[in-house]
Amino acid sequence: MSLAFILLLVLGLGVVAWLSAKARAAAFAGPSRERPHSLPVYHGWYVALWAVLPALLFLAFWAFLSDRLVADALLSSPQAAALPAIDMQRAAILAEARGLATGAIASAHHPQAAALAPVYASAIAFYAWLGLAIALLLAFAGGAWAYTRLSPSFRARTRVERIVMALLLTASLIAILTTLGIFLSLLFETIRFFSMVSPGEFLFGTHWSPQTAVQPGQPAGFGSVPLFWGTIFIGAIIAMIVAIPLGLMSAIYLTQYARPGLRRWMKPMLEILAGVPTVVYGYFAALTVAPAIRDLGISLGFSASTESALAAGLVMGVMIIPFVSSMADDSIAAVPQAMRDGSLAMGATKSETIRKVLVPAALPGVVGGVLLAVSRAIGETMIVVMAAGLAANLTANPFASVTTVTTQIVQLLTGDQEFDSPKTLAAFALGMVLFLVTLALNIVALRVVKKYREAYE
Amino acid sequence: MSDTFTTVDPTPTDWRDPAMQKRIQRRYAAERRFRLIGLGAVLLSAGFLAFLLVSMAMNGLNGFRQTELRLDVDLRQSNIALTAAQLAGPNAEQALAEVDFEGIVRRTADTQYGARGARLFSPAGRLVLRNAVKADPSLLTRPATLWLPAESGIDQAAKGHGNADANARYRPLDEAGRARIGFNSTLLTGADATDPTAVGIWGAFKGSLLTMIITLLIAFPVGVLSAVYLEEYAPRNRWTDMIEVSINNLAAVPSIIFGLLGLAVFLQVMHLPRSAPIVGGLTLALMTMPVIVIAGRNAIKSVPPSIRDAALGIGASRIQVVFHHVIPLALPGILTGTIIGMARALGETAPLLVIGMRAFIASPPGGLGEPATALPVQIFLWSDEVSRGFVEKTSAAIIVLLVFLLAMNGLAIYLRNRFEKNW
Repeated sequence: MSLAFILLLVLGLGVVAWLSAKARAAAFAGPSRERPHSLPVYHGWYVALWAVLPALLFLAFWAFLSDRLVADALLSSPQAAALPAIDMQRAAILAEARGLATGAIASAHHPQAAALAPVYASAIAFYAWLGLAIALLLAFAGGAWAYTRLSPSFRARTRVERIVMALLLTASLIAILTTLGIFLSLLFETIRFFSMVSPGEFLFGTHWSPQTAVQPGQPAGFGSVPLFWGTIFIGAIIAMIVAIPLGLMSAIYLTQYARPGLRRWMKPMLEILAGVPTVVYGYFAALTVAPAIRDLGISLGFSASTESALAAGLVMGVMIIPFVSSMADDSIAAVPQAMRDGSLAMGATKSETIRKVLVPAALPGVVGGVLLAVSRAIGETMIVVMAAGLAANLTANPFASVTTVTTQIVQLLTGDQEFDSPKTLAAFALGMVLFLVTLALNIVALRVVKKYREAYE
Repeated sequence: MSDTFTTVDPTPTDWRDPAMQKRIQRRYAAERRFRLIGLGAVLLSAGFLAFLLVSMAMNGLNGFRQTELRLDVDLRQSNIALTAAQLAGPNAEQALAEVDFEGIVRRTADTQYGARGARLFSPAGRLVLRNAVKADPSLLTRPATLWLPAESGIDQAAKGHGNADANARYRPLDEAGRARIGFNSTLLTGADATDPTAVGIWGAFKGSLLTMIITLLIAFPVGVLSAVYLEEYAPRNRWTDMIEVSINNLAAVPSIIFGLLGLAVFLQVMHLPRSAPIVGGLTLALMTMPVIVIAGRNAIKSVPPSIRDAALGIGASRIQVVFHHVIPLALPGILTGTIIGMARALGETAPLLVIGMRAFIASPPGGLGEPATALPVQIFLWSDEVSRGFVEKTSAAIIVLLVFLLAMNGLAIYLRNRFEKNW
């Protein structure tokens, strides 16, 4: 008696309701009688929606409620009286009994779990049947009530359209709910984190060693300045040194110089760079680029490690090229033709026109594009996780290993997640910083781009 | 000479003047240089892509091949309690599970390859033998020659990457004709394992598939419906502005933040199962939805207003206009955006790491609530392994992932070119 089965049953009832209501409405029409307000199909939809929607809402609600009801029924049973009071043992036994009852595991390790399993099974069965009964009752009641309302003058189409409209509005509200969910979940965990670690230490401290927080007696470091520096160093400095010249020059060449045939091939090729999954870039950085960079660093006399800021930054820069290039492309194309013509008519060469007229005129758009690219680079995770390392160094040596905000989020959430230790909560605080910074960058970038577009319209 | 520029000189410019000629040449040289720098930037970017693809292909193609060693098996001598009738019956899987294929491979290898012969074979050997018996029950009653996968060191030696020890062990096998290199079918059918010769991507791929189904089922309807609402019905007020701002921001939020959301909401609050495709699918759906909304709005916007006016003019209601006319016309654009969004979700790793789809899963997931991993996460997990065998398996998995992404993007481009109309 799975939820999927009940779902199918309810949907089946909906189909029956649709067919029968449509058939009844079809009988309304006739040569001698008054013309019905709505087509039969709308009568069908009206009854079907009334049969299915309340039952579905109930099932969604029931899916969360029934687990708790089953647990309550179990704990009030005589077999559960002998359970140990300690939460962890109790939870382990309950989980095992649940596994036995649902057939997920074949035999029990704990004798109490074996004793509880039949009680569990019967409780699950009881609430499954109860859920089925209520869902079917709702479906029948809703369908029957709607069915009795059908008549030639009944405005079925208006009613159905009102429901469809409500569905559309609900769908678009999910975006707000998601944003709110992100913000609130980050906010709550961040507040809990700041009740353990002071915001001043978190934002301005330079000692980052969250792992030692687990061992008592050792001071835990939650100073994230090295993380912020590593993020900026890789995402905003090294990656941009690669991406801005390459992206800008590619855009200029492809829009101003390249023949159409070449452009048709090269533009999608650059777009492929943006479509390669980041885990592939990360693997490439770790496997091919990082060893080469290390050898280069050693031959130049730097202290070089296998995981270096330069390797991660270089590969990230390549990933960002298409973003910079397509933003530059758009803003150069938006420069009015008259400015270009004016410059050329004065005798300037093509490159002089580009360097002294087009690029300065397109600069706000390019800057906006670069800001968007930076926001994307500092939120990028896999490349830095695989190639940048974990050592929280505050160094400007590109051959040394640095760590970033995203790397540490992944690192903090690996392994045991205890939602009352500052180690896990620190990940949410870092997430909050990342969210706010990328949000700010995006808002500024979009405003810059918009203002610039208005200037030429 | 410089004086002539400051005062008005009635004589025309002397183009033949050597200084002028030199200046012009300098400017033209600068022009050529600039052009070359531009070409260089494009070629460098393209070269980087080519280098990436070629290095993945060089490493990865070997992952599709597997060295196999010849083993003459006679199951009659191993007195196993399995009959052809059992294999045809309903409990075939259970009967197969009770047979000690590992022991059979070990003993047979020891007799045929000397005292340590069993160590030449991969742990996947027993699975190959088991599947061979399952496919052909007559093996139970007759001697047969099978080719079983060799262990990782031998495998690398055969492909030319072995160390001295492995090369020394491989050479006599090769000279005796007891080794060959065949297609690695385990890679396409198996799941994660500790030994590089026994790993496969099917487990991770199935996890990805289940995750993508959930993502599509949620992100597509929600995305299309909100695009329709925002583009066709939404009144201009503060609520609509808030929805629009939310969607545009969600499209730019780093993917790992969605992972944190999934961890806090789906795992902590709703207590959905950890590491399960359903949680991964829900998380990726929230990430993909804004992409679909933005693409959908652009597609709906490009349907000309005359279509709406015509439908309204002959008496269609506002809902009928949209569902009967606008959506069918905008569908190619919506589908293109959806496929591109799904391709992005398929390659996404970070949020899945955060919600715990990074466990070692040795069998393909059976359902939406079971522990699973996804293809990109599998690539990440294998990339931590240092052995040469895992390097080529990782690259092989990357090739499979890239082929799927290219196919999806190709389909999107085809749909756009084939069905999209320029009004």
